[in-house]
Amino acid sequence: MGETRNISVTINGKTYQEEVEVRFHLADFIRQQLGLTGTHLGCEHGVCGACTILLNGESARSCLLLAVQADGQEILTIEGIAPSEDELHPLQEAFRDNHGLQCGFCTPGMLTTLLEFLKDNPDPTEEEVRIAISGNLCRCTGYQGIVAAALDAAERLRNQNVNQIQ
Amino acid sequence: MKPPPFSYHDPRSVDDAVSLLSTLENTKVLAGGQSLMPMLNMRYVMPDHIVDLNKIENLSYIKKETDALEIGAMTRQRDLEFSDIVKENCPIMHEALQWVGHRQTRNRGTLGGSLAHLDPAAEMPAVCAISDAVVRVKGPNGEREIPFAEFPAGYMTPSVEMDEIVTSVRVPCWQKGHGFAFVEFARRHGDFAIVSSGALLELDAEGRIVRSAITVGGVGAAPMRITEVEEAISGQIGSEDVFKEACEVCRGIEAMGDVYASTEYRQHLAAVMSRRALVKAYDRALGGDN
Repeated sequence: MGETRNISVTINGKTYQEEVEVRFHLADFIRQQLGLTGTHLGCEHGVCGACTILLNGESARSCLLLAVQADGQEILTIEGIAPSEDELHPLQEAFRDNHGLQCGFCTPGMLTTLLEFLKDNPDPTEEEVRIAISGNLCRCTGYQGIVAAALDAAERLRNQNVNQIQ
Repeated sequence: MKPPPFSYHDPRSVDDAVSLLSTLENTKVLAGGQSLMPMLNMRYVMPDHIVDLNKIENLSYIKKETDALEIGAMTRQRDLEFSDIVKENCPIMHEALQWVGHRQTRNRGTLGGSLAHLDPAAEMPAVCAISDAVVRVKGPNGEREIPFAEFPAGYMTPSVEMDEIVTSVRVPCWQKGHGFAFVEFARRHGDFAIVSSGALLELDAEGRIVRSAITVGGVGAAPMRITEVEEAISGQIGSEDVFKEACEVCRGIEAMGDVYASTEYRQHLAAVMSRRALVKAYDRALGGDN
């Protein structure tokens, strides 16, 4: 084992105190050391987008961050987006209903990417959705179902917000 | 694909970072990590030490001065993209940022990191080339300023010494109402540009071009100014034909060729993309929509 550091990082609301090897990238730390295997690793050089997480609310590729850099930060992974164990997030429901996934490998990255995107842009056009997911590779769906799911999710989230206000 | 073993340093000040760089051997500086981390994961680089600049305060800012923007080296591309100061005073930078990687990488990637990495197809070096930006670096002997024209020393090699770091960039602003455009050709949005082009234009009351700057990226070892085009269109009333004729000179640029795009194809694209950038910039200058 090489040089290590002690870090404290909050993931999905739970704080972890861990000793981590400084050369570990964040995705390996999340998967191997914490056992949160929902974050997927495809290319490990920032091309496929499967490992996208939210770092302090902003999407980032966890294979392009060192775990030590997450010290003191807040992270949201795919495991943390559903409101409870029995319920899906509207974005997850929209993916299920629109065939937004087939093998599911790219899905965690698609969802985390879209979570940030739909927060900033609640009523996007199809083209804007396609640009938003341009950094996430899917090899099954041909993207059509994903784009449909994103647009459907945007509508569900807008309605949800209206209901909450009422 | 995992980074090789290294020692990790996270200094809290520029001075501490410089002193680490001047005492340690085989060191790489980590800014946003969107290029260095892939290179570490693939072991293209095997440094003994990583000096992470992310804990240094006061390296992330966007300030408007009389005729230029002062931007801290660790300012994230995301912050530049969403900055009203940038959009208003340096609209070509705002437009070019839409082409920089993807949202996930712009959230982390920095201006200084992009300049220091100096990919030939990268957008931020092209914006610095077209704006005649000045890069400020700090080393053990203090600060120095490098005009962007002298910044690239070669392919992916900035003229920054091993014990120096980029601290800020001064980007001169053009007159309000100038024409601007940044266009790019890539197979997928966010991919490395095969060829990009930027154009800045200022017109007189009759629509004659009184000042211009044109760059192409992804063609040579670093983004380059096409001064022949700038000279050819000087004093002219712009039109598709005028720009097309002027941009033909791009077919003679010494261009890179690789498995993705041959030399001839890049030369062809340089002529096409620079013409498109000029047409768009000229329309905007006439319309004054910025």
